[in-house]
Amino acid sequence: MATNKSKVSLTPEQELARRSRRSFIGLGAGAAGAIGGWYWLNAQPLEDEIPRPLRRVLGLNERVVRSTLYSDSHLVRTYPASAVGRIKVNGDIGMEKPIDLASWCMNLTSFDGAARQLALADIQSLPRYEEIIDFKCVEGWSTVTRFAGARLSDFTARFAPGSERAAFVDMRTPSKDYYVGFEMASALHPQTLLAYEMNGAPLTDKHGAPLRLVLPVKYGIKSIKRIGSIEYTDKRPADYWGEQGYDYYSGL
Amino acid sequence: MVAGVRSVKILEEKHKLATRWLHWINFPILSAMIFSGLLIYWAYDPYRIGVGSVTLFHFFPNWFYEKTGIGYQLALGMALHFVFAWIFAINGIAYVLYTLISGEWRALIPDRKSPREAVQVAMHDAGFKVALPPQGRYNAAQRITYSAIVLMGGLSLTTGLAIYKPAQLHWLTAGLGGYEWARWEHFWLTMGYVGFFAIHIAQVVRAGWANFRAMVCGYDLAEVGAKVTHGD
Repeated sequence: MATNKSKVSLTPEQELARRSRRSFIGLGAGAAGAIGGWYWLNAQPLEDEIPRPLRRVLGLNERVVRSTLYSDSHLVRTYPASAVGRIKVNGDIGMEKPIDLASWCMNLTSFDGAARQLALADIQSLPRYEEIIDFKCVEGWSTVTRFAGARLSDFTARFAPGSERAAFVDMRTPSKDYYVGFEMASALHPQTLLAYEMNGAPLTDKHGAPLRLVLPVKYGIKSIKRIGSIEYTDKRPADYWGEQGYDYYSGL
Repeated sequence: MVAGVRSVKILEEKHKLATRWLHWINFPILSAMIFSGLLIYWAYDPYRIGVGSVTLFHFFPNWFYEKTGIGYQLALGMALHFVFAWIFAINGIAYVLYTLISGEWRALIPDRKSPREAVQVAMHDAGFKVALPPQGRYNAAQRITYSAIVLMGGLSLTTGLAIYKPAQLHWLTAGLGGYEWARWEHFWLTMGYVGFFAIHIAQVVRAGWANFRAMVCGYDLAEVGAKVTHGD
């Protein structure tokens, strides 16, 4: 055959040149593809501040984690009191104005739509739990901190029974300037607290008095301070940092 | 007819197709991982070289962030990192599986002679008059370094997972010394790649064009002694 004959007649030098030419064209095409792919990715429409393909993969990561790794029996590590550090104040969105603790109450909306108002004493009437956990900021730092409060699962069972069937929990500050949403599995996690004490004292204003969320299975951006309202819903709630490019799930 | 021996050139396969592909794919992927990693690291950048209160070098000085435009992009950095991590992992696992199954690992894994020979190679490369020991595809220094890089890739994945899911993978995070240590290890592994890259490029330049070409096309010319019969 003609093609075979022409191959056979190539000298090793010619054969190397032929292979080399092909391979370098391939490498060049690959490099162009990689650079083109990078520009393509960065030119995609944004979905909550990041290119849509990235958002899609974050969604995939969430599904993989929730279906394979996540378990309510996976507890975050707890520490002895001697490990407690000094946690910094890292954000006051929704808390710019001082709070009037005397008039504070929380608006609760059950999954069935029933609305009611609760006082701090209502939350404090639930069993009190204390935990010393490593509070992890999305920025990368973490501080061992002691929190005390009621379990969100107990709170739900007492004040919004049946709301465990909802897909999400929506929490907002009284001003509605800061807001978080997260899925029910994390809400019912035994270490998820509605905390009214930090490091052995009532919460200070800057740390979210009178009541804040402590959600140790997620980054601190989800642990909303100065809770003004709680709602159980099937509609995925808005999330302050989720809208600004961060992973909505933000699970640890 | 006069019979004799003369040297002829033949094509010799240096690197398999799969090895070359996986190597070259890793380059842009690891670059994307390091870039997005820097966007993340900027948000909390405590690491330094120093003793006590004396800091020789802080990772990183402000001029570095300003010159590179790295900063205020934590969210994008995290998204990129957790997307490209898939490709980095798949590519790395494919390389390890291929190398194990094909038997290519025999040319890669260091043996008992490697440490001693690696010193000889390093001395020779540094300009001392030390004879190079005989070698296969890779010399002893390459065997040690390339095997270490593959191991480091595995550790980057492991420490990365420990930082990514410290609650769900608490046993892994604990095994690596805890959350903060895992982040420290993850950072220094990356610095290791940067150091490796600088030396790797210098050595590739030194080794010359034919060596580089072999990593792209897989082949080089080799001289072999051959029995030839004049008059054919």
